[in-house]
Amino acid sequence: MEAALAHNAGWRLPLLGLMALMAGGLALAGLALGPVEIPPGRVIATLMGQGTPVETAIIWQIRLPRILLGVAVGTALALSGASLQGLLRNPLADPGLIGVTGGASLGAVAVIVLGGLVAGSLPAWLLPWLLPLAAFLGAGIVITFVFALARSAGETSVATLILAGVAVNAIAGAAIGAMVYISTDDQLRDLTFWTMGALGGSGWSLVAAASLLTFATAPVLFRQSRALDLFQLGERAAFHAGLDVEGVKRQIAIATALAVGAVTAAAGPIGFIGLVAPHLARLALGPRHVVLLPASVLLGICLVLAADLAVRLAVPPAEPPIGLATSLIGGPFFLWLLIRTRGRTHA
Amino acid sequence: MIRRLILALTVSLTALPVLAEPSRIVVAGGDLTEIVFALGAGERVVGVDQTSSFPAETAEIAQIGYVRRLSSEGVLSLAPDLVIAAHDAGPDVAMEQLEAAGVTIAKAPAATTAADISEKIRFVGAAIGAAEKAEDMAAAFTEDLAAVTAKTAQLPNKPRLMFILAIRNGAPLIGGSGTSADEMIRLAGGVNVAAEIDGYKPMSQEAILSAAPEVIVMMEQHATRMGGVEEVLSRPEIALTPAGQNARAVTMDGMLLLGFGPRTPAAVAELARALQPEAAKAAGL
Repeated sequence: MEAALAHNAGWRLPLLGLMALMAGGLALAGLALGPVEIPPGRVIATLMGQGTPVETAIIWQIRLPRILLGVAVGTALALSGASLQGLLRNPLADPGLIGVTGGASLGAVAVIVLGGLVAGSLPAWLLPWLLPLAAFLGAGIVITFVFALARSAGETSVATLILAGVAVNAIAGAAIGAMVYISTDDQLRDLTFWTMGALGGSGWSLVAAASLLTFATAPVLFRQSRALDLFQLGERAAFHAGLDVEGVKRQIAIATALAVGAVTAAAGPIGFIGLVAPHLARLALGPRHVVLLPASVLLGICLVLAADLAVRLAVPPAEPPIGLATSLIGGPFFLWLLIRTRGRTHA
Repeated sequence: MIRRLILALTVSLTALPVLAEPSRIVVAGGDLTEIVFALGAGERVVGVDQTSSFPAETAEIAQIGYVRRLSSEGVLSLAPDLVIAAHDAGPDVAMEQLEAAGVTIAKAPAATTAADISEKIRFVGAAIGAAEKAEDMAAAFTEDLAAVTAKTAQLPNKPRLMFILAIRNGAPLIGGSGTSADEMIRLAGGVNVAAEIDGYKPMSQEAILSAAPEVIVMMEQHATRMGGVEEVLSRPEIALTPAGQNARAVTMDGMLLLGFGPRTPAAVAELARALQPEAAKAAGL
């Protein structure tokens, strides 16, 4: 579909390798760079368990969970985005489009604004998990609802799926608006910042939970690469090629909801990664999903880690939200994509 | 580089005599920053949050950002040995990470009335090792506040005030009861016309009209952001109130008016003077 930079098969493996190197390099940079200067030698010593208490706290409690969460966020968003774009045959599809992110946001915002009402009657150990659980549930409920709505007579209509997603997004947006309206000043600020996302606001337990869910669902999506290729021929053609069309839809829906729900719960809604990473990957490596999916994941990880590094190093000791950085990359790219597509249809 | 050297030097110098006093303090909360400076520990402050804008020296100090969205590593990069945090500072994870790195965190009590400010002063004093000085300052504060409010209580008129925090989605956000704006209005000898609403809430145009405020009170920064207080006074729902018709509005620095810091008695006096200049002068304000 896009201009072929390297549709020549010989280039694919080296390019994938290069992306992996980039992701690895960014992860190392994320470990070594930050507002506190720690020389590489000390970073290694700290990893070996010979750091000072401050170095140990910075590397083990702050930077490592951040990088792991960044990898999980990049993987979940880019992989879900690439799968949904393939499944829905819509280049603008991303987890936000079918309402997953909206559902997660509604859950989180509801906890921020209304959580105080129920907090007293809950056990103390549950309180830190309340927001991520609500975000996760919100994502799950929305995707179940959207798929149930789009399913009739044993078939899931892709068009209805997108429309239902748009409608659910509008409803979630309105509900969030209502929450904003009744929120106090403090809550308003909390939820404004939450909706801009952050990798730094989560401790190990939440990061571990989000990563586990992401990496457990990733193989499910990777396995669909041939099915997604067939989907490009149209659903009917895919069906006649012997594909269990409904099964593929169901698996992708569940895996996407789990992964995106988990990372959104931990890091907030981080925009544009799910849209941009697959497009970049397609541009570089062509539309075949067997390379597109891993390439999207690697580029997604690169984008998230680079954005996180940027916000960490921009104005220390303060830190702008990561959503700002990804949207600053994503927004212009999205416009460029629009203009390009328009140019092509008018040509 | 030179800054770093000086920094290292000051650290080692202050570390030489074994002091219990923290030497590198990060403050998250404008009111707390004011107290630290008033206690004479300003030169030990190495980082402040967004709300810390007084005294002017704070502009030279490293900015750690928004108090509820602190970056743990950002704060650690200032190598603090004490973080004095407002009661609502966060996120919790950042606080835990700071504690794991061996930084002492002193979370100040919340002040819901102006009288509670003396508690905050004592708290900060204990945290920075200036308890005695803080005791004196707290006593002086309580005395000042009592003196000022005794005078404002004698003022002949009780003007009907409305505090506008901001204009959100086209509706003015009004300070109701339980807010620091409400407390300041009362202390300055006014009546809050929006006392029946709770917290900062948007108020409908008709409710504002029927509340009939005589004076609009705003934060200077927000009034400027909306294009000046004249712009606010000319909004249709406000233009028809007594305040709008007589073009009466008072703007004050946000931290001074609402910060509940050590300058609160002065802020009360300033507000009272702005409301009824002659009577305030006669009362000795």
